[in-house]
Amino acid sequence: MLNLLWILLGGYAVGILLPFCLSRRSNAQSLPASTPAIVATSAGVVLGLLGLTSSEPVTGSLTSTLPLLTFAIRIDPLTAFFLLTISLAGLAASIYAIGYMRHFDGRASVSTLGALFNGFLCSMTLVVLADNGFFFLIAWELMSLLSYFLVVTEHEKAEVRYAGLFYLIMTHVGTAFIILTFFIFFQEGGSFAFEAFRYPEHPLPEGMKTIAFLMALIGFGTKAGIVPLHVWLPYAHPAAPSHISALMSGVMIKIAIYALIRVYFDFLGGQFPWWWGFVVLVIGAVSALLGVMYALMEHDLKSLLAYHSVENIGIILLGIGAGMIFQTYGLKEFATLGLLAGLYHTINHAMFKALLFLGAGSLLYATHTRNMEEYGGLLRRMPWTGACFLIGAVSIAALPPTNGFVSEWLVFQSLFLSFHIPDTFLKLILPLAAAMLALTGALALACFVKAFGISFLALPRSTHARQAEEVPIPMRIGMALLAAVCVGLGLGPMVVVPLLNRVVAPFTGVSIEGQVLALDGWALATVNVEFASLSPPILALLLGGLSVLGLGIVAACGGLVRKRYYKTWGCGINLTPRMEYTATGFVQPIKRVFSSIYQPTVKLETEFLQESQYFAKRRRFEFHVEPVFQRYLYDPVVAFVTALAGRLRVIQAGSLHLYLAYIFVTLIVLLLFAV
Amino acid sequence: MLDAFALIVMQTAVLLVVAPLIVGLIRKVKARLQCRRGASVFQPYADLVKLLRKQPVVSSTTSWIFTATPYILFASTLAAGLLVPVFISRTPLSLAGNIIALVYLLALGTFFLMLAGLDAGSSFGGMGSSREAIVASLTEPAMMLSIFAIALTAGSTNLSTIVHKTALLQGIVTDPSPHLMAFAALVIVAIAETGRVPVDNPATHLELTMIHEAMILEYSGRYLALVEWAAGLKLLVFLTLIVNVSAPWGIATSMEPAALGIGLAAYLVKVSGLAVFIGLLESMFAKLRLFRVTDLLGTAFILALLGLIFFYVLRG
Repeated sequence: MLNLLWILLGGYAVGILLPFCLSRRSNAQSLPASTPAIVATSAGVVLGLLGLTSSEPVTGSLTSTLPLLTFAIRIDPLTAFFLLTISLAGLAASIYAIGYMRHFDGRASVSTLGALFNGFLCSMTLVVLADNGFFFLIAWELMSLLSYFLVVTEHEKAEVRYAGLFYLIMTHVGTAFIILTFFIFFQEGGSFAFEAFRYPEHPLPEGMKTIAFLMALIGFGTKAGIVPLHVWLPYAHPAAPSHISALMSGVMIKIAIYALIRVYFDFLGGQFPWWWGFVVLVIGAVSALLGVMYALMEHDLKSLLAYHSVENIGIILLGIGAGMIFQTYGLKEFATLGLLAGLYHTINHAMFKALLFLGAGSLLYATHTRNMEEYGGLLRRMPWTGACFLIGAVSIAALPPTNGFVSEWLVFQSLFLSFHIPDTFLKLILPLAAAMLALTGALALACFVKAFGISFLALPRSTHARQAEEVPIPMRIGMALLAAVCVGLGLGPMVVVPLLNRVVAPFTGVSIEGQVLALDGWALATVNVEFASLSPPILALLLGGLSVLGLGIVAACGGLVRKRYYKTWGCGINLTPRMEYTATGFVQPIKRVFSSIYQPTVKLETEFLQESQYFAKRRRFEFHVEPVFQRYLYDPVVAFVTALAGRLRVIQAGSLHLYLAYIFVTLIVLLLFAV
Repeated sequence: MLDAFALIVMQTAVLLVVAPLIVGLIRKVKARLQCRRGASVFQPYADLVKLLRKQPVVSSTTSWIFTATPYILFASTLAAGLLVPVFISRTPLSLAGNIIALVYLLALGTFFLMLAGLDAGSSFGGMGSSREAIVASLTEPAMMLSIFAIALTAGSTNLSTIVHKTALLQGIVTDPSPHLMAFAALVIVAIAETGRVPVDNPATHLELTMIHEAMILEYSGRYLALVEWAAGLKLLVFLTLIVNVSAPWGIATSMEPAALGIGLAAYLVKVSGLAVFIGLLESMFAKLRLFRVTDLLGTAFILALLGLIFFYVLRG
């Protein structure tokens, strides 16, 4: 396994350096970056699978000259699981990049992008490998900075610069909280080694534990994009090149989930009061619902996908929160189930979100726009991209028998098992969270009907869409790989769940390996087979078989008469794309029903013909959704900081003498203290 | 194994045959209440056969989604039906998916139908899809809560277990009010999901009011036949769910032929009874404005929530 680790890290190192050495060759520019990345991520996939199945964690370390810092790594099942997730998404993105980088010819330095891409993947890998707090923070900061550079790839655009700045500030606020969390552990543990965090010399006082819980939630939550700390995410993720967006939305936010589980269940030992789980659960439910609601109003395909990341982080946290509540009440089997459901959704979301972002990238590549209102009819022009995007859409809408459905089913089940909790308040809250999840699921379905239907179906709405062509083969392979993984994760939960059980069981203390399978291993069960079971392969077979039955009935009854093609009825005139339902129109009822959340502003200006007031010459329609969080939460803070900075400018007069005086005064004050 | 297979085939056949009959029955009840003689209850069969034989016209702007959707819709609805105990409480496929799987299988069909509505490119289809999206979204929370309230009493979300336990009078609470509230919610949900009055009107082709009919406006021939059949099946699945979960009396609890016969007869009686009730409801109410549907579905949600609270309060 150590050899694989060397291949993994070496691959990334080569991938960072090689693009600069070979940047002169113009006609295979992306290969020097992609090839090492493919090797490294493949090694990562194998290493992750080995780590998931091996019984003993693998450790290794290099000491450094700095005190407190050792480059220690440790691969336990949790690390291995996230390593696998990163590497799978990274593999697809690397293959995809071979074709996609042509999009940046002459617009950005392909070699720099390639090196940053490798560095970004490497830093994420190091974060999950790290077994030392200091090392973790360094890797974390690298990950944040490298992703910032990737976000501002197209820095000539003002909105990209804004997105980058917003991201940079938010991520550093988050990092500050993470540093504070680690300092709390350091204080009692006496060392930055994770081993000392786990088993501190003096146990943490309860108050400190609570502070650590909250700090970690804010710090890692900022990266994960929980409401209300999500505001940067819909700006930053879409601004990056699409294969980077896929990694940021698919993988990077999951690293925060990794860290949360590490802190709560590993460092804090899985001992917490009930309200911790409750807070996580509520944040999860709110993030899920608001995420999907804002996604519905987006017509920029990549922003829409970014908001869905907020939603899915919410779903993951619902599973984890339920697990934490069960853990408090000693219902450890259910705690295992809840945590497992959260982790299953983590890898599922990583796969289908990466797939969808790659699909969005393909649309951008083919049409040069991200605005859904300019797409249309693309399924006929780009059948491969369309089919892959459809698989992603069906998965994220949680429809059987795909992977998204299986993990949402598990989350539902763990919420439904709440009737075992002895507390009546929580007994009612968990089903309510399930109801919110149901609403979230249904709205996500509506959103992906919109995303797929408006983009890929009917007539093209612009010349760009009319002239679109299928993307190059490497891009198709990248998408097809993820689509295949999605299908596999959906059909084979009976294999995945026991593996995830190995990840979770050490933290909750109870393994449910013997209780999660039914029907000779063909079906998945919750802890109690009588309570619930699900068999995706049987459902898939059933769907296939019954479709054939449908075909058979048709053939038997009428024979397959040749169908006739004719234009769509357009009320007597020829159908044009302007008659089609737009994305804005599609979500209008939803906007109206939930107007208290959206607080939309609609502006309709009509210019009439001079001859008559009854004939409109031109109409202008404008519609905005109120960015509530930005307006009421962030703007006041920004205004306060700006005002404070304005006041502080007084002492920064620009005079050298004054600055020397400051230094002098400071010195005297320090001397006074020293005495 | 062979028994199980025979049961699956039998259940498929029963569902396929009964579905058009229920549609015909509801139409007949409505016609009689409007002092019309109405078409025969077997008319839907004749419609299906005729549609299956006709040459379909397909819009030239559509993609493969449009022609694949009827098959997907048909298969997913029928698959959902196979998860529900119809005439025997231990239905063989019940372990393949519980009640949540059923809800999401139906959602799979809706997803593709909404896509097909958009595919032809006419405003009608898009309008239907858009409206279906809001109705489907709002029914979901009420459905999930009522399902949970029902599952609580039986201690299971597996439909067979729920039905089996209720049929053998196991785990019946002394006070049925939580159950009743959950059922009222489920009836509202069923009406909304299957596009009946007062949420949608299956008999209209007026653009201001239609939802389901707008989505399927471009379908013809065999595709329309499958879509119509699937719509009937969906209605039947919900009716079956309601009658067999609330009143599984007469349902076969063993594999004996006599028990199966009684189960089938009891099923037909119960489902027809409920269909007549739906027909009455449809005649008594006018269709609601689209944005008033929210209130109706909100009521369903509150009812289900009250059922849940009552359950815990009564149990202490």
